[in-house]
Amino acid sequence: MWEYSDKVREHFFNPRNSGPLEEANGIGDVGSIQCGDALRLMLKVEPETEIIQDAHFQTFGCGSAIASSSALTEMIKGMTLDEALKVSNQDIADFLDGLPPEKMHCSVMGREALQAAIANYRGEEWSDDHEEGALICKCFAIDAVMIEDVVKANNLNTVEQVTFYTKAGGGCAACHEGIEEILAKVKAERAGPGEVSPPPAHLPNSAATPEAPKPPATKLSLVQKVKKVEEILDAVRPTLQRDGGDVELADIQGKKIYVHLKGACSGCMMEAATLGGIQQKMIEALGELVQVLPSSHMPVEV
Amino acid sequence: MNPIYLDNNATTRVDPAVVQAMLPFFTEHFGNASSIHAFGSEVGKALKTARSQVQALLGAEHDSEIIFTSCGTESDSTAILSALKAQPDRNTVITTNVEHPAILTLCEWLEKEGYIVHKLKVDKKGRLDMDEYKSLLNDRVAVVSAMWANNETGTIFPVVEMAELAAAKGIMFHTDAVQAVGKIPIDLKNTKIDMLSLSGHKLHAPKGIGVLYLRRGCRFRPLLRGGHQERGRRAGTENSASIVGLGKACELAMLHMEAENTTVRRLRDKLEQGILSQITHCFPTGDVANRLPNTSNIAFEYIEGEAILLLLNKLGIAASSGSACTSGSLEPSHVMRAMGIPYTAAHGTIRFSLSVYNTEAEVDRVIAAVPPIIAQLRKLSPYWTEVGGKSGPAANPEAAFAPTYA
Repeated sequence: MWEYSDKVREHFFNPRNSGPLEEANGIGDVGSIQCGDALRLMLKVEPETEIIQDAHFQTFGCGSAIASSSALTEMIKGMTLDEALKVSNQDIADFLDGLPPEKMHCSVMGREALQAAIANYRGEEWSDDHEEGALICKCFAIDAVMIEDVVKANNLNTVEQVTFYTKAGGGCAACHEGIEEILAKVKAERAGPGEVSPPPAHLPNSAATPEAPKPPATKLSLVQKVKKVEEILDAVRPTLQRDGGDVELADIQGKKIYVHLKGACSGCMMEAATLGGIQQKMIEALGELVQVLPSSHMPVEV
Repeated sequence: MNPIYLDNNATTRVDPAVVQAMLPFFTEHFGNASSIHAFGSEVGKALKTARSQVQALLGAEHDSEIIFTSCGTESDSTAILSALKAQPDRNTVITTNVEHPAILTLCEWLEKEGYIVHKLKVDKKGRLDMDEYKSLLNDRVAVVSAMWANNETGTIFPVVEMAELAAAKGIMFHTDAVQAVGKIPIDLKNTKIDMLSLSGHKLHAPKGIGVLYLRRGCRFRPLLRGGHQERGRRAGTENSASIVGLGKACELAMLHMEAENTTVRRLRDKLEQGILSQITHCFPTGDVANRLPNTSNIAFEYIEGEAILLLLNKLGIAASSGSACTSGSLEPSHVMRAMGIPYTAAHGTIRFSLSVYNTEAEVDRVIAAVPPIIAQLRKLSPYWTEVGGKSGPAANPEAAFAPTYA
């Protein structure tokens, strides 16, 4: 169960200003039913002074969504619209003595409902510029969309750099696998392969200095790629043959290179190590992240 | 007011008789079963007894088919990774898309490692399409893994039949039975099931103890290698106190099996009917005609599950929910989504799971407590209207409230 502050609990159990507001002249509907949070904020604004005389909410959501909605209506009553627009999601969270990191989006939703309701009152179009992703770094509440955007915008290549730019991963470090996956995904999407290097096993404790992003290398054609792969296999073949084995290219499917391990190599306990060694050479020579797999792993047509 | 615990599919209270059986193994019988001296041999004997108690509950043919592990997740990982390792010429796993994360997350990782994973779909009642299943059985499949009963809805899969179909094609069959063991009769010796996972804390034994049933003759590769414990199939000094506790819990589960399927079933049905008859716009999820006797999963439309749980908790009632918020994820339960339950209902699913320790008085209290909570939250919901003393979902709720995606 979440650790909710007493104030969150109190606002959830006794929500203020809930239900429809008949005389509302500014209404903001935000949220996403997929994510299980949706909020309608209703404002009654005095036209002369633009003072919010009353505010009500209706919320489909969890305890902290209801508490954030309730808190928001209490905070903005008596404010002018310009004052209300200065209320940040952090202000809402602070009013409630904090929210768990997984629940900060509830306060974001409150702030967005407020912007939407004021836009509605003023007859303006309001569009949401905030996309939400799965929470990756729980220490600093950084989600996947944010990390991906920053990685793309700054051409980042390592977990250290991501931490430097976003703070994500700078706390308990449990999310480093998740960050590495985002880095790999963005790398795979890049037009040309960028600098590819597996992250170091241990990251230094000192604050990282981001390296200058490497210029993208030219992309190899499929024929060039096959040629390179064959060259590498030729280079390792003598070593394998000394142990009574051999290797042969089976297929290349995207980033997966399938090989037949033959003779003594087939079924050898060192198979994984052999493939790992070949993979390392391939990555270095091709300048992109590839996976070398035994041909038995090739997908079958069903 | 005494708290009411209706979350027995999450975990159970350790039976006092189980605690009593365990206590001497922390103090006077603290020995290592591998030792030659008397301290060790006492423990060795106790482990043997526990093994046969587990064997009896599972209906296994041999006691050597019982491998003690640390939990259900370890048993699941051991089973699937063993099947792949022992059959390097096979690269495919068949499972279902309503499995526990212990299976699904492992399978996602296997996909990243280059393996092929087929996840069987379910219909709106959570049932498998056996024709789809049959069509996927081929000689590239290393193992089929299907849960015996679903943790969220209690829906029972035809694993005995599925295992026979797999065996006919020479394919290994594993079942994650952590929710089924102790709740419905199991007789493994008369099935073609090769591997089965169970977890102690789901049947009134402590946390931190599990079992992998491994049919004699089934090819196997250990997950943990080291000492000769569990005949070298699971190295690591035995968790003797917990193994003894699990044995005792299995013995008690045999005794309670009848009550589980009569008394508990009746209380579950009373609870479900009591709630459904008082509240509009709610429905039970899963295959209600074919499910565990202790589980009821009800979707309350237009409200969110965590809010329901917090209000129930205030009244001392413990249950669980399939809403996104309770797990900290962005999507509601994958089981509800797999059954095509709409978002307006999936976020409001509440699972009540009973045990033999629940009473009629408790069920009556819950039946009385739920309706006001649902009404209170619906009053707050933008999908719900109250006009002139008449309440119900807003006419065309999706259109009445279509928020900007945020």
